[in-house]
Amino acid sequence: MISNDQFRKRLAELFGSQNLATLATHTDGQPYASLVAFYAADDLKHIYFVTPKTTRKFANLNADSRVAVMVNSSTNQASDFHRAISVTAVGSAEEIEGSETEPVLKRYLIKHPHLEEFVRSPTCALVRISVKTYYMVKNFQNVMELHLKP
Amino acid sequence: MNWILSTEEIQSGDRHRVGGKGYALSLLAKNGFKIPLTVCITSDAYQEYVVSTGLRERILLELHRKDFKEMRWEEIWDCATRIRNMFLSKPFPDDLSREIRTAIGGRFRDKSVAVRSSAPEEDDAQSSFAGLHESFINVAGVESILKHIRLVWSSLWSDAALLYRQEIGLDVEKSSMAVVVQETVTGDRSGVTFTQSPNDENQGVIESVYGLNQGLVDGNIEPDRWIMDRSRNTIVNHTPAERKYWMVPGPKGVRLAELPAEKSTHPPLNSQDVNFVFKTARKAEESFKMPQDVEWTFDKNSLVLLQSRPITTLRSDKPKDERGWYLSLHRSFDNLKALRRKIEDELVPGMIAVAESLGAIDPAGLADQDLAAEIKKRWEVNHKWTNIYWADFIPYAHGVRLFGQVYNDAVHPDDPYEFIDLLTNTDMASLERNNMLMDLAAIVRSDKNLAQALKQADDADLDAEFRSKMDEFIEKFGDLSCAVTGGRNCVLGTGPLFQLLLEMANHPAPTGSHRKNDRLSQLHQNFLDSVGEYQKAWAEELLELARSSYQMRDDDNIYLGRIEAQLLAAVQEAKRRLEDPSDHPASKILKQALEEVDFGTESPKSGPAAAATGDNLQARQLLGQPAGPGIAKGKARVIRKHSDLADFKYGEVLVCDAVDPNITFVVPLATAVVERRGGMLIHGAIIAREYGLPCITGIPDATSLIQTGDEITVDGYLGIVTVGDAEL
Repeated sequence: MISNDQFRKRLAELFGSQNLATLATHTDGQPYASLVAFYAADDLKHIYFVTPKTTRKFANLNADSRVAVMVNSSTNQASDFHRAISVTAVGSAEEIEGSETEPVLKRYLIKHPHLEEFVRSPTCALVRISVKTYYMVKNFQNVMELHLKP
Repeated sequence: MNWILSTEEIQSGDRHRVGGKGYALSLLAKNGFKIPLTVCITSDAYQEYVVSTGLRERILLELHRKDFKEMRWEEIWDCATRIRNMFLSKPFPDDLSREIRTAIGGRFRDKSVAVRSSAPEEDDAQSSFAGLHESFINVAGVESILKHIRLVWSSLWSDAALLYRQEIGLDVEKSSMAVVVQETVTGDRSGVTFTQSPNDENQGVIESVYGLNQGLVDGNIEPDRWIMDRSRNTIVNHTPAERKYWMVPGPKGVRLAELPAEKSTHPPLNSQDVNFVFKTARKAEESFKMPQDVEWTFDKNSLVLLQSRPITTLRSDKPKDERGWYLSLHRSFDNLKALRRKIEDELVPGMIAVAESLGAIDPAGLADQDLAAEIKKRWEVNHKWTNIYWADFIPYAHGVRLFGQVYNDAVHPDDPYEFIDLLTNTDMASLERNNMLMDLAAIVRSDKNLAQALKQADDADLDAEFRSKMDEFIEKFGDLSCAVTGGRNCVLGTGPLFQLLLEMANHPAPTGSHRKNDRLSQLHQNFLDSVGEYQKAWAEELLELARSSYQMRDDDNIYLGRIEAQLLAAVQEAKRRLEDPSDHPASKILKQALEEVDFGTESPKSGPAAAATGDNLQARQLLGQPAGPGIAKGKARVIRKHSDLADFKYGEVLVCDAVDPNITFVVPLATAVVERRGGMLIHGAIIAREYGLPCITGIPDATSLIQTGDEITVDGYLGIVTVGDAEL
């Protein structure tokens, strides 16, 4: 049986191997999905991404902070069905500002160095998702969930 | 891409494309040996088929339902069955079909051919797949050849081949298969030559039979055998066979027939033939530059080589190679028929008689010394029958599988387990027991006073009719207390039985099997029509055998359970005396007896995994094998120890490690069955099918990941257990 540590290790490996995540927000109950370049903290409590403040997703999460993000290892091959792992994180999102941002951005840019100019733009926001639960799907239909200690 | 190559077209670089067998045949032809007309369907054709039909990923999905190492052999057999059915039901893509039809039709027309496996992994010196992949002989007509090519392809994924590939660490994703299509040579004498004996490197071996080679290769016909001196090409000795049968071409495939008397008096080869056969095989050895195992036949006195392959070192001298065991799990029809006679006429009556004779001695009436002796005796009897169970009853289960394969080959059903419907509704002992329980429960349901008496566990207050019916049940199946209070430590008494009857009486009786008889007779008729006129009688006989095999799958445990119960009763009596302070002198001799039979100390069974601090890891969806169709929702009752059975409530889902027929009396109360142990033909699946309950098997850690009281949904179509509600 998979242990807590093994589960976390798999999460960390997946997050290390993938650059993009699908973010789900909503506006007045209408779901909306978008692609974001993410970075996950080592303790897996938080997932970060940067977005222009003019976007729909940013407006949506400001109106309702409840979000979901999905990261997966599919490669657009038939073999994804038995090989790929997909993780959905559910939690709440908020913009972070001030002194908190610099250490996060530093790490974020190690993962996404080509986004330097983008993240430094005054029109962009750094968003932190505090994760409540992770759902991991593998072997096509096996699902385990990790509820983080609040 | 070359999908089809003739032996003349095969070049030295084509080995991986045509496999060892195809490549060796092309070399034999080039070196002037006489071989039958042969073409190879290359592994490129296989790849084209599995990619364009989507089967490639379907196979991998099937194999990745769970970690292969965690799969039991039964689950692997199930996997192989489903994969085989995929190949049977998926036709060739048009372009491939056209090309193969042209090549086959042009060369062979209506001639009979052999369709043989030639996997690129096969026949190299490192591994031997001999016997693991299928070959078919005496196949005629383009349509039939096309079907058999797919069957050979599917045998790349046979249970034995999967296990073997896993054992020697070959990557399943790279597996591929070429096929050799070869004109049938109806030889009147055939055989196999080993140019070097596995036992003596200075010797070679020739084995020969009358008729076709099949009987020799399958081990059904005893061959004449010659030991040859390699350096002088002379006969060292000859061991004649009994020569009773031979294999001759049948309407489809081959059939075993009695050897005509005039042939049985002399060996299939005279000494000149023996020398010629050996010399020819030695020439093949020179061509291949290593000792060969050559299959040949005499076609009107002309020697034709059917195949040649290197003698692998793995044959039998490597103790780690389990290939022999994998292959031994597949029994022939004749072998199963003999096993059935032994089981039905000898073993089952033997088990019943043994349990009765043991039961005639009441352990309570024995002096300590005699009780100690009785425990040892019962332990030995139980041990003996457990060994018989493994040696004879387990292989007998193959009767169900053999029928399944024949059914699927003939009918091509969408559901590869449709055949099980023809096997159910048999008079299984566990069903007879459950029916008696339900009858008792019906009496309780209609009689309030009786229910009250049961509630108060008041034996004296039971009315005589009920009492006698209950005694009849107990005499036949025991009072269930051992199953409920924990095998080795059981406490005898009618309490658990009362509790079970009350729970059953409080709820409506299950409706039982939902299968309709008219559908069954339709399936039955369809099966007989599909096998064809000349095989009808054989098909009926096989179905009959499969029914017996299916029933025995459950009953054997019940019979074995009765013997074990006698051992447990004696053990229980000894334990009682040991705990009784007034019975002091008993201790030493009884203690010793218990220790000798390994009943000294009980190790506690592990419970659920300790909850991790802080974060909480839970299962949401667990994937297993769909083993009984339907969908149901209910509270889980996880059976971790025997006494958990006592609390089983109507409408709960039975979740357990392994369902044993001795605990299936709770199934009439259950709404679905979930089992850690995998397989379609295991007890949990069998009994669930009988009651029409959704069932999923083969979920690793089911009893740890699911907790008693969890609300779970069992999707028996997809094999998915969902834990908890849909809320996030």
